[in-house]
Amino acid sequence: MKHKYDVIIIGSGPGGLAAAIAAKKNGADDVLIIERDIELGGILLQCIHNGFGLEIFNKDMPGPSYAQHFIEEALGSGIEVILDTMVLDITPERKITATSKRIGFIELQARAIVLAMGCREKTRAQIMLPGTRPAGVYTAGTAQRWVNIEGYMPGKRFVILGSGDIGMIMARRLTIEGAKVERVLEIMPYLTGLTRNYVQCLMDYDITLQKSHTIKNILGNKRVEAIESVAVDEKWNPIPGSEEIIPCDTVLLSVGLIPENELSKNAGVTLDPITGGPFVDDHFMTNVPGIFAAGNVVHVYDLVDWVTEAGYVAGRGAANFAMKEEVAKISHVPLSAGENIRYVVPHAINRESLKEETVRLQMRVKTPIEERVRIIVEDEQGNLLARKSEAYARPGEIITMEIKPNAYDAVQNAKQLIVSLHKR
Amino acid sequence: MAKEYDVIIIGGGVVGCMIARFLSQYQLDILLIEKEIDIGMGTSSANSAVIHAGYNALPGTLKAKANVMSNPLWDQISTELSVAFNRSSDYVVATSTDQMNTLEELLQRGKTNGVPEMEIISADEMRKREPLITQDVAGALWAPTGGLIDTFAVTVAAAENAVMNGTEVLLDTPFEDFIWKGKRIIGVHTPRGAYKSRWVINAAGLYADDVMHKAGVRPDFKIRPRRGEYVILDKADFLLTRETVLFPTPTEKSKGIVVTSTLHGNIIVGPNANFVDSKEDKTVTKEGIEEIWTGAKKLVPSINRRYIIANFAGLRAHGNAPCLTPGIDYTGDFIIEIPKEVMGFINLGGIESPGLSSSPGIALMVIDLLKDAGETLLEKPNWNPIREARPVFRHLSHAEQASLVKANPSYGRVICRCETVTEGEILAEIHAPIPATTYDAIKRRTWTGTGRCQGGFDMPRVVKILSDELGIPPEEITKKGKGSPYLIRRTKDMGGKA
Repeated sequence: MKHKYDVIIIGSGPGGLAAAIAAKKNGADDVLIIERDIELGGILLQCIHNGFGLEIFNKDMPGPSYAQHFIEEALGSGIEVILDTMVLDITPERKITATSKRIGFIELQARAIVLAMGCREKTRAQIMLPGTRPAGVYTAGTAQRWVNIEGYMPGKRFVILGSGDIGMIMARRLTIEGAKVERVLEIMPYLTGLTRNYVQCLMDYDITLQKSHTIKNILGNKRVEAIESVAVDEKWNPIPGSEEIIPCDTVLLSVGLIPENELSKNAGVTLDPITGGPFVDDHFMTNVPGIFAAGNVVHVYDLVDWVTEAGYVAGRGAANFAMKEEVAKISHVPLSAGENIRYVVPHAINRESLKEETVRLQMRVKTPIEERVRIIVEDEQGNLLARKSEAYARPGEIITMEIKPNAYDAVQNAKQLIVSLHKR
Repeated sequence: MAKEYDVIIIGGGVVGCMIARFLSQYQLDILLIEKEIDIGMGTSSANSAVIHAGYNALPGTLKAKANVMSNPLWDQISTELSVAFNRSSDYVVATSTDQMNTLEELLQRGKTNGVPEMEIISADEMRKREPLITQDVAGALWAPTGGLIDTFAVTVAAAENAVMNGTEVLLDTPFEDFIWKGKRIIGVHTPRGAYKSRWVINAAGLYADDVMHKAGVRPDFKIRPRRGEYVILDKADFLLTRETVLFPTPTEKSKGIVVTSTLHGNIIVGPNANFVDSKEDKTVTKEGIEEIWTGAKKLVPSINRRYIIANFAGLRAHGNAPCLTPGIDYTGDFIIEIPKEVMGFINLGGIESPGLSSSPGIALMVIDLLKDAGETLLEKPNWNPIREARPVFRHLSHAEQASLVKANPSYGRVICRCETVTEGEILAEIHAPIPATTYDAIKRRTWTGTGRCQGGFDMPRVVKILSDELGIPPEEITKKGKGSPYLIRRTKDMGGKA
């Protein structure tokens, strides 16, 4: 294998695959994907449920089928792949060190890199879950791997903490496999995953969701024997007297995802403390020139189709960067989250981007607003650049909007762009 | 009945393993029995990993004697056993004039105990050495001989070195009762069978009271488990000056909430000290976490809870043995004795902190007891005190990593992403002198699963490796022995007929 590549992509989930395909299409000759697992596709391979592809293919597909489409396209276009290989570090000069059982210890040089490592799940320690430390406490994604990839059941009677999408999907999956899901507990007064998953995974299978409830204690020394649940007030304080012992042998945690950026940090990439991912511009380039990022490594998406779209943008950016002899100085205008908005990606827009293309913004709100809302993008003077209206706004669902090329002139003069959301 | 041993040690914590290791230099047949599936699963695996200088214990106590005699031994032991040890020094921090008086007392106590080189430093000096220290600092007691050790590794390494020198270890083998010949103990009964020996040593930690009562010794001695809760912070977000060990000014109850780095690079905060009823109650409580966090904030106000990646609790074997030195009014001392009532029995008990620090000294005291009892301990001519280190991928340079992977490709496969632990390291532990056969045993030895994702990535992979190497189905792989499987059954297998 070669040691120099135009674009190297780290991770082969939907973001990485799309980035590789786009890099190749946009003129990068030598494109390499490094994947830590033994096959391409990332977490999609364990997502055997449907719900993928509605935006891109206008079709409802299971995760592995969705992945397969892009795997075939990538392999067919001459992209190189190394599997079962872990990247150990990346330097700001885009030197990559990786190791593998089959091909050994390797050092590679890339002209551009796309970070596509995805995200990891929050653990019990991060939510300060008290109790003993028996076997039988797993993150929902780890349980999903066991059931769907390895073919083993991690328990018989489950309590699921968190109404995130993976938790609800696993509630249904485990029920189909003959397990009993005793309860899904959610500390927030609202659902944190998609409503469609609540309907299809919990309601249709008669699984009880208790909002404003959490786990007070995990019982059992060797294996989980029960949990003690408790109702909480809006400040998450336990309500005395509401405790309930729920016998179970397994606790699944679906309490949030964190972009996986350990490699990014070592490469000098600066992270946004709110998203947990890199600060990126509208080409998904990080603060380190030539290092791009795509997908859940940037912020946690709710739909895979958007991850693919982000991968296309990052891959094209990486190819353009890699194939240019000299990098032009980029002029950015910062974009920030205003009223009601928790975060917005990208964090900055290349002033030249709007010359010929539309820039997509994606954001999450801080709290649910169950009435018609308007989202606006304005500059520091209050000049309106874009607006959009939605029937409601929920933290579990990303809001997407666009800034059109007709805002090109306004962006040239703007010092700052602010996105805010208002009740109508 | 099979072979007759010279010595049987009950309990494979750091004390039992260290005794086995030191005794293995003599021409003795030694058997160590451990009730759990692995050694070091009790107090030895859940503590602050600090090697104390020896200024805490009251002069005249066995705690003081064992701690102070052990402290200087750690450099040689850690080198021989290839265990990470750093004589980092430690600080007791005062935040008031009253507390400064306590530091003065501690300094005097340390001097009486024979702790070298201690001094009281000013608030300014403390700020200089640890810029993140609280602004309320009034001064600190500095003990240059304090240190940090890899508490998991030291127990394993001591046991392995004992095994290399002929000691036998039986895991998953609880002590049931003694075998008697008149007033002499001549062995032990276990579910695996009876084992005879000329000496039996009680190193049963939290259960030392039960063991000695079976021997008819000290019926009034009782161990009250005192739980200590801890939290671990991510090592990528290092807050303190490397390897600073900060104690608050101690109280009657305990040495207080320590804030320190570990030799693995994380920050550890804890423990509190609360009596619990059960010797297995390692529950972490919400209140407990708040208590230790409040304690930590008093020393390092800028410490940030978003970096917490794990919590755990350990149990101290707090006993009620009075100090035997005349004039010293202290209850809760170590017991290290040959009781008069029975023969063939060496009795240890109440080995709480500074038990880890004192373990080499305790082993030497046991050797002295045997000699005093008339044992002629003949040295083995071929005793090997060296337990070689096994490769730790993450500690190597890129060049070293490359040649290791070339020599053994399984070191090229990373199983634990956050801590960069390779398949080669895990395989080495499964086939080590004390084999790691559970997930937690792999975790303690290799640091697999201790990072940010807490096993989310590696757990299915480690279970698979264990299953392949041990030749048993994945459903039989456990977290910590019988009753703690990860998996219940295959999917599609609903129990009906095929």
